[in-house]
Amino acid sequence: MKKLAISVSPHIVSPVDTRYMMKGVLIALLPAICAGVWFFRLRAVGVILASLAGCVVTEYLLQRFRGRKIRIDDMSAVVTGILLALVLSPAIPLWMAFLGGVFAIALGKEVFGGLGHNIFNPALLARAFLMAAFPVALTTWSRPITLDAVTTATPLGLAKFDGVMTPYADLFLGNIGGCIGETSSLAILLGLAYLLHKKVIDYRIPASYLLTVFVFAGVLHLVDADKFMPPLFHLLAGGLMIGAVFMATDPVTSPITARGRWIFGIGCGLITMIIRIWGGLPEGVMYSILLMNACTPIINKFTRPRRFGLEKGRKA
Amino acid sequence: MKELTFPGGVHPPYSKDISIREPLREAPLPSVAVVPLSQHIGSPNQAVVSKGDVVEEGQLIGSSPAFISAPVHSPISGTVKEIRKAFHPALGPVMSVVIERDKSKEAKDYTQEDVDAEALSPEQIIEKVKDAGIVGMGGAAFPTHVKLNVPEGKKIDTFIVNGAECEPYLTCDHVLMTRKTQEILKGIELIAKVLKPKDIYIGIENNKKAAFFAFQKAIKKATRKVLSDIHLVPLHTKYPQGGEKQLIQAISGREVPPGKLPLDIGFLVQNVGTINAVYEAVHMRKPLIERVVTISGDCINRPGNYLIRVGATIKDIIEQYGIELYRDPEKVIVGGPMMGFAQPTLEVSVLKSTSGILFLSENLAKTPPEEKCIRCAKCVDVCPVRLLPTELMNNVKNGNWPEVRELNVADCIECGSCAYICPSRIPLIQYIKEGKEVLVRKKMR
Ligand code: SF4
Ligand code: SF4
Repeated sequence: MKKLAISVSPHIVSPVDTRYMMKGVLIALLPAICAGVWFFRLRAVGVILASLAGCVVTEYLLQRFRGRKIRIDDMSAVVTGILLALVLSPAIPLWMAFLGGVFAIALGKEVFGGLGHNIFNPALLARAFLMAAFPVALTTWSRPITLDAVTTATPLGLAKFDGVMTPYADLFLGNIGGCIGETSSLAILLGLAYLLHKKVIDYRIPASYLLTVFVFAGVLHLVDADKFMPPLFHLLAGGLMIGAVFMATDPVTSPITARGRWIFGIGCGLITMIIRIWGGLPEGVMYSILLMNACTPIINKFTRPRRFGLEKGRKA
Repeated sequence: MKELTFPGGVHPPYSKDISIREPLREAPLPSVAVVPLSQHIGSPNQAVVSKGDVVEEGQLIGSSPAFISAPVHSPISGTVKEIRKAFHPALGPVMSVVIERDKSKEAKDYTQEDVDAEALSPEQIIEKVKDAGIVGMGGAAFPTHVKLNVPEGKKIDTFIVNGAECEPYLTCDHVLMTRKTQEILKGIELIAKVLKPKDIYIGIENNKKAAFFAFQKAIKKATRKVLSDIHLVPLHTKYPQGGEKQLIQAISGREVPPGKLPLDIGFLVQNVGTINAVYEAVHMRKPLIERVVTISGDCINRPGNYLIRVGATIKDIIEQYGIELYRDPEKVIVGGPMMGFAQPTLEVSVLKSTSGILFLSENLAKTPPEEKCIRCAKCVDVCPVRLLPTELMNNVKNGNWPEVRELNVADCIECGSCAYICPSRIPLIQYIKEGKEVLVRKKMR
């Protein structure tokens, strides 16, 4: 008989490992990727590849340069690369998408100490950086199914600044201008169903985020239906869906406690709506998530669960 | 009926099919029994026999004057060959009595004797439990007579019979519940006589339907009020449902306060195996010298539930019972895969608390390398006592001991749910145990 292995209990582990989780996210992203490629054709493919390349090459070089174990195979850089591409305009110059990828990994992740240590969602941080550096390129939108960058506006922009409503069917299926991945709510919802089914993410953040937006928009719409968009419009338009499903749920940068995740989602919802309604921008998803990312450590601290065996309201 | 449960926990593959329909097999007597003198939490026993002594089956071989202790009896008739250190599955080498069997002697026949259990006083019952050396057979091995001896001023309102058997692979309690339903009920009666609880519950997970129905039938037929009043409750199948605190929470909704015992809030939990041993001790005058052990895993040809003498070694068992290892096990585990102990050798003895011996191949029991925490909080979601395992791990790694205490490391029941679920394969329990030990060493608790 060969030598018996010794280790502390438990002696069996769940089949869900980090690779399974990352793979789960990638599979869940497939519908959104396909929708993006369908509506924006080669432009979308180019942006995705450029951003992916930026992330993966940077991760490889940094790990190599710092004498660390190369961990490309944990797929986290791939996930970041795709997520970044999905929140970029299909009309963005490819080198900018590549640069965004470099930024996402170098300054979004590795400076903090690598996977698990970053405070901000790397893809969103990179997008914020690109937005600050190249505001015009980041907000130049192309119309779906056109190869040349005919500029158009996003449904949120149209609604906010021109008072033009986009039909719900287009919003839901994706026949609208906007970021590559946010175009089709349907595709993102398919991804959500998959993530929940495979237990890759917890329902609390997407549920509380979407519900908060819905209720907030609903109340305003009831108060003044002419001035404020209906709640369903807010749910389907812009980056809300992709943000709530794929960005806010990033495990590394969202709270670890169950109560904390409710607070996080509600906070994201509130900030999104405040920016959308009263801010100078049509969209608020990215900033809401980044701001809540910054709050995560403090949320964790103040939402520690009640000690087992102590009654409610009593201090540990 | 509604299945009760507690918040948190995990659903490992239960793998009970391997042995759940196997009968209760009488295992052959071991040719040599290596009996550790201490098989319980509490003061160790001293040998009361010496090398060369001839001992009878059931004869006392080790005892201690301490209260929190349970005596040890000879599992076979034979000669004391040696008193030496031998391998204990959880504690490593401990003093043990090595007895060589006298092959001319048959196993003793403990047919039910005419014991008038009705006439026994609670004190007499406790005395008999004590003399039989009974300890908790679900794993913790706490001396049962100590538990039954409820301190002055405390009162047990609720007696819970633990038939959850939540560890994967193990089916020894299931088999016992289906084959010894009447015996267990009689044991419950004895304990009820001692404790006089207001309510008695039997909790059984819903993946052990046969055991549930056996009790259902028996309780329906019971004529005595103590038995017909028992609440039989189905439990949702979830690990660690069989943990004392989790079982109490599942059944009553109440949480045992930190640092307190179930009896402090009026509860007492006993495993079905222990209750059967109480029955045997009182009605059959039989000391605790054998128990049902599940032998299972994906490396052996004859999985099953065997009635095995305490002191039989794993090596002896597989040889004598014709068990073949057709594949090299990666790990041999005593107990269940969630809380059991991996053994470096097969020269370990079955104890009073040994519920299973598992031979698991590499496919099942490989220890994957530890990766970085991705802060997915799955460990937080599953912890049945609401700890933050990832924070505990981080603070132990950083040596931030005040924070480790602040995070209530002492509350951890070491169930392993967090480490089971962690996608980064972090051996969280290892860090948590280290945290506990350092705090004890630094007297910070
Ligand atoms: S389950 Fe593992 S990876 Fe996830 S937070 Fe806990 S320790 Fe980290
Ligand atoms: S921290 Fe302790 S009690 Fe909580 S899941 Fe992990 S081992 Fe179980």
